[in-house]
Amino acid sequence: MSTTIKIELRQQDLKKIHEICDSFNNEPLELINILHKTQEHFGYLPAEIQDAVADKLNISTAQVYGVVTFYSFFTMTPKGKHPISICMGTACYVRGAERILDEFKKELGLQVGQTTPDGKFSLSSLRCVGACGLAPVVIVGNKTYGRVAPDDVKAILKEYE
Amino acid sequence: MHLLVCGGTGCRASESNLILESLKRELEEKGLSSEVQVIMTGCFGFCEKGPVVKVMPDNTFYVHVKPEDAGIIVAEHVIKGRPVQRLLYVDPKSKEQVPDSKHMGFYRKQIRIALRNCGFINPENIDEYIARDGYASLGKCISELTPADVIDIIKKSGLRGRGGAGFPTGLKWEIASKNKADQKYVVCNADEGDPGAFMDRSVLEGDPHSVLEAMTICGYAIGASKGLIYIRAEYPLAIHRLKIALKQSKEYGLLGKNIFGTDFNFDIELRYGAGAFVCGEETALISSMEGRRGEPTNKPPFPAEKGFFGKPSNVNNVETFANIPVIISKGWEWFSSIGTEKSKGTKVFALAGKINNVGLIEVPMGTTLREIIFEIGGGIKNGKKFKAVQTGGPSGGCLTEKHLDTPIDFDNLVAAGSMMGSGGMIVMDEDDCMVSIAKFFLAFTVEESCGKCAPCRVGNKRLLELLTHITKGNGTMADIDRLKNMCNVIKDTSLCGLGQTSPNPVLSTINNFMDEYVAHVTEKRCPAGSCRELMKYSIIVDKCVGCTACARGCPVNAISGERKGPHFIDQEKCIKCGACFEKCKFGAVLIK
Repeated sequence: MSTTIKIELRQQDLKKIHEICDSFNNEPLELINILHKTQEHFGYLPAEIQDAVADKLNISTAQVYGVVTFYSFFTMTPKGKHPISICMGTACYVRGAERILDEFKKELGLQVGQTTPDGKFSLSSLRCVGACGLAPVVIVGNKTYGRVAPDDVKAILKEYE
Repeated sequence: MHLLVCGGTGCRASESNLILESLKRELEEKGLSSEVQVIMTGCFGFCEKGPVVKVMPDNTFYVHVKPEDAGIIVAEHVIKGRPVQRLLYVDPKSKEQVPDSKHMGFYRKQIRIALRNCGFINPENIDEYIARDGYASLGKCISELTPADVIDIIKKSGLRGRGGAGFPTGLKWEIASKNKADQKYVVCNADEGDPGAFMDRSVLEGDPHSVLEAMTICGYAIGASKGLIYIRAEYPLAIHRLKIALKQSKEYGLLGKNIFGTDFNFDIELRYGAGAFVCGEETALISSMEGRRGEPTNKPPFPAEKGFFGKPSNVNNVETFANIPVIISKGWEWFSSIGTEKSKGTKVFALAGKINNVGLIEVPMGTTLREIIFEIGGGIKNGKKFKAVQTGGPSGGCLTEKHLDTPIDFDNLVAAGSMMGSGGMIVMDEDDCMVSIAKFFLAFTVEESCGKCAPCRVGNKRLLELLTHITKGNGTMADIDRLKNMCNVIKDTSLCGLGQTSPNPVLSTINNFMDEYVAHVTEKRCPAGSCRELMKYSIIVDKCVGCTACARGCPVNAISGERKGPHFIDQEKCIKCGACFEKCKFGAVLIK
């Protein structure tokens, strides 16, 4: 588990969370959809937000936490301004994705799941984006880079400086 | 005339949407917008050569198209009727240009049933689906056939579930239809989590209506009025197109109340996954749809008895559904005439890895691996030697040269120690270490294990540790036996399909490549030269010019030597990072 960030929810944040929960009739069965909407708005799901969701739905925070940590799509740490994802699907793996990942780790000084202190880049690996013809694939923000070689990593990062 | 631009994920990643815009702009400038239509379709399948543009009706197939090529396509092909030679596909064997897709080796052996509309229609326009007989099968079912007739047709067709295990679809429907309840559900499993498989997404992106039609047919057959599509949140384009398709079919009265003027009602809604491989297992999928952690439960009770909200639910995979409308329209006799004795119809495979033609293919069951890899796939990349192909993803195993002529179907793959799975096919060449591949899949399983049962949670973790141990050169022969024993225990005692199949990649690589395991543990050597810790770097004295680039690049100062004189690597200090190999411009660094 990475470092816990303490945040204070503002009145308007709380209002937003309540709005989202209300739009799903405060139905605990809709928890995953509610968390999707919440993460879409806040960018991540820190403990305080999970507390607020649990309160509103009248379920335990443990239940919310259980779901948040079960699914890889949900994150408790904020993503960087330019989130970097390296595809680790099998097709990318056999075409050298691991070396690309190593290069990003080295260049950014990050491990998978971490964000740079200035909040600029975050590093994650994902399972198959389905662009196997372009393997190995790297995604930065909304842009996809195909047939990436370890030597390309520096140039890719430079685009975002 | 129609210009079809591939809008599959691979081609879109190479900016095919810009090609679409440029083509439209060029046509507008030439005043041809009303006569030539530009359409963004679903995946053509030939991802290796993307972005792809196809000109209809003559089937001209342009590869590696760039947005700036739009001008020449319009000026030459559209206006003058001359295909643009430099954008045509070149056959790698004959070195000749191939004018249309029908003559391309990649397409020649394919029969497209599930993918019939992918790459032909605009998936965001229901009229195009209807123009290709869409929703006619639904109409036939509701107005001419009884639910029992429909189930009978599906049973006789021999269709088996395309999601992995190959359970007979008709039988599944029959069980669900016999369970009485006030509410039943039809569930479409679109939680494609197998790394390297993307057929379900391609169907949803390229032909969403075929899935909606099939689910409605299923609803009619089993007596359900509600359908749910459980789809990964990671598939935004597929979600977008499904939403459009749902809206259109409701407007046309093909979903909702009183479909085709009968008293049959059926509605479909989307439920989102959030990234968990285990949710492909149907009981876990149902837990997840109910807003909980996606943990599987014991079967029985099967979802057909107690599923979503405790009601009978029929769960089928996307590709399975995509076959249904065709079986109804062309008849079970036709469908069952394709394929092998026990596996009927076709199967879609995602062909990837070290192969020339990466892409999505659909072939009759019973096609051999040799045909798929060497004819459709165009052989191994860079002229290397074929080593193995992994089917079934993390639940499957690898097939080797001796399996090349085995007709592929559900049962033959299981007999060969692998499985069909969802249809991922990753081709590997001589540079791939099979111990590392097994380790790769185990790392996946360990991360994706839901943690509910100990054999999967603990056992797979131990397997991964042992494999890591071996790839680092610390393993012993006893470790290989230990691996085998543990694999068998995990298979026998895990709760769900994920754990029961997770040791397959280990067992099948041990069975087929025992010599590689032995080389790792006895000689501390990786025959494929891929395990970093087992590599030995040395400098070929004759080739070294003494430029000192390697010595300067070495992070641990393990390289010594005079300027303009030969250099040497101190094996004690070397951390095997490979920096010297990358820095040397003279090919003097040798890896063994």
